[in-house]
Amino acid sequence: MSNLFIPNPKEAESIHILREVAAQFEKPVLLFSGGKDSITLVRLAQKAFYPARIPFPLLHIDTGHNFPETIAFRDQLVEELGLELIVRNVQDSIDQGKVTEERGRYASRNTLQTTTLLDAIEEFKFDACIGGARRDEEKARAKERVFSVRDDFGQWDEKNQRPELFDMLNGKIHQGQNVRVFPISNWTELDVWEYIKNEDMKIPSIYFAHKREVFFRDGMVWTANQHVYRDNSEEVVERMVRFRTVGDMTCTAAVLSDADTLEAVVDEIRLSTISERGARIDDKRSEAAMEKRKKVGYF
Amino acid sequence: MESAKSARVNKSKMAENRKLIKIATAGSVDDGKSTLIGRLLYDTGSLTSDKLEAIERNSKQRGYDYLDFSLATDGLVAEREQGITIDVAHIYFNTDKTNFIVADTPGHVEYTRNMVTGASTSQVAIILIDARKGVIEQTYRHFFISNLLRLSHVVVAVNKMDLVDYDEEVYLKIKSDFEELVAKSDFSTDQITFIPISALKGENVSQKSDLMNWYIGNTLLDHLEVLEPADLQESSAARFPVQFVIRPKTEAYHDFRGFAGKVYGGNLKKGDSITVLPSLTTSKIKAIHFFEKEVEEAAIGSSITITLEDEVNVSRGDTIVKNSDLPKSEKLISATICQVNAKPLKVGDKYTLQHGVNRVLAKVESIQGRIHTDFSGEEATDQLKLNDIGQVTFKLSKAIHFDSYKQNKSTGSFILIDEGSYDTVSVGFIN
Repeated sequence: MSNLFIPNPKEAESIHILREVAAQFEKPVLLFSGGKDSITLVRLAQKAFYPARIPFPLLHIDTGHNFPETIAFRDQLVEELGLELIVRNVQDSIDQGKVTEERGRYASRNTLQTTTLLDAIEEFKFDACIGGARRDEEKARAKERVFSVRDDFGQWDEKNQRPELFDMLNGKIHQGQNVRVFPISNWTELDVWEYIKNEDMKIPSIYFAHKREVFFRDGMVWTANQHVYRDNSEEVVERMVRFRTVGDMTCTAAVLSDADTLEAVVDEIRLSTISERGARIDDKRSEAAMEKRKKVGYF
Repeated sequence: MESAKSARVNKSKMAENRKLIKIATAGSVDDGKSTLIGRLLYDTGSLTSDKLEAIERNSKQRGYDYLDFSLATDGLVAEREQGITIDVAHIYFNTDKTNFIVADTPGHVEYTRNMVTGASTSQVAIILIDARKGVIEQTYRHFFISNLLRLSHVVVAVNKMDLVDYDEEVYLKIKSDFEELVAKSDFSTDQITFIPISALKGENVSQKSDLMNWYIGNTLLDHLEVLEPADLQESSAARFPVQFVIRPKTEAYHDFRGFAGKVYGGNLKKGDSITVLPSLTTSKIKAIHFFEKEVEEAAIGSSITITLEDEVNVSRGDTIVKNSDLPKSEKLISATICQVNAKPLKVGDKYTLQHGVNRVLAKVESIQGRIHTDFSGEEATDQLKLNDIGQVTFKLSKAIHFDSYKQNKSTGSFILIDEGSYDTVSVGFIN
């Protein structure tokens, strides 16, 4: 048959989920970090509602320790697609005395984001927060639902989740509850990269190999920067590196790499024997680090 | 340490044309299901070195003299403490030819709902049997659910063959016991495959076992790879439930009214004569849009947007179908129900019934009986409790437009939502 459209099953599933969000909720929002997964979500949302605009705003919880390249990319994307962007700052939560800055060698603002996020949800009365988490990332996330109901405190009750049958999504919630929605639950890291390549999507420059001042600790490559704690014995060197995930500078390690094109990045991922969260300093804190953070409302 | 992955997994190959196979695994406690999945991940090179290190570290800490691959999948703290799996976990791996999604469902008696949930998004079931224990009550249940959900294939993996000295007699006895169950089901024998394995030792998982030369079939991974998605895809009449009406209200698309949804059952084509349900208005498909391009025809599974020739009133929950093949429309439906919530289902109870993306109110008219999951028939009951499977008749506030589950899994299934808690309490398969 000529011109028969054969779907990419994972893309079709994600579009289906995004349309259910728009139909079932009054005030959805897309949590945008500037990372590849949330950029992929934006593309999927474009496809889901084209030729109409994406019917929900983006929300960025800014730790103040983001890579400047990510912020520049974010602003450009929003401008190009005519999207509405809301930014809420962790610094404000600190200034208001709601959270306390961590100190010491492993100080990070990553866990502090949760408070700022929950405050933003309350401020705007968001009932659905769309996020780019994937089940292949981490063991606790492997048990996450597509529509994941959170209570007033943003908490995840992993033993009491609604079963999800076929592709039917139950987004009915009570006042005060909200739902975290994960449209790319079933994608792997490689799926995301191949999609970015096939769609020829733009991504922040720090995903590609570049020269950077770094130092080595615990077998990982850390960015040398005023936001990242470093003691005098930790020597700063310049290396060709890139990032596999884009998060807060204090919890995102770089990898040594020469991959400076999308093709090279996809090849590198395919051959990699380290998982992407292997470069997440926050997950190394304990075997159950992610599960503990999720229970208190972390994304 | 065993040496690296099987030679056939060549990670440098492009993944783009890989097929996607979705698998549900079922087994009783200690059948070695997590170990099998860990083994599949390991043999396909899908366990990254940091995960492998964590497994080595944990195995050593616990004083095991082998690698405990189950640690790769048992995710939650409570599970690691108790050494059991308590919820459906999704696991991903691939070979050169195939992408796999595994819904790992626990085998405890009380967790029927988890297997039903995992199987609802799967095409294939792997049922594990401990070679020392043989076919037990839970095997009946796992196979019954595979049959109820009409999975395309079932692989019966007879595990722990290392603990019965790789004895063919043990395997043959289990096979023949299981075949008695197959005879009671709707499956034909070519949908069932038996494979003797040792997940712990890696025998017949991805590498052909030298210790079981009496077995002439494929290894488990080879078998999963030769399954054709075409055989796994149902084909019936095209159904297009409308999820969302797209009205851009922009200069360029001033009059655009697109109907967004996913194609179930069969293909949709530009020019097709269609009927909108429930209004029974007819029109023709003017165009099929996928993002910035238009296509002539959209295959089953496509998430697309269509426009119609005429100005027809269509809203979310309506179904667009080809004129040539209309679904059934009824206000009284009978279905097989699996109760997936602790609150029992009783005669007279009212629920929201979600059929695809459409919701109506439903009242339990009568419960015909609870079905024994060992294929021994049913018994009368006035309620269905968590993990019960039964025959139920519902009266609906409005007619729904459906096919039987046997004809179309998507338009033949529904969920019930409790009006108080909003929990999903049951799943139904329409007769």
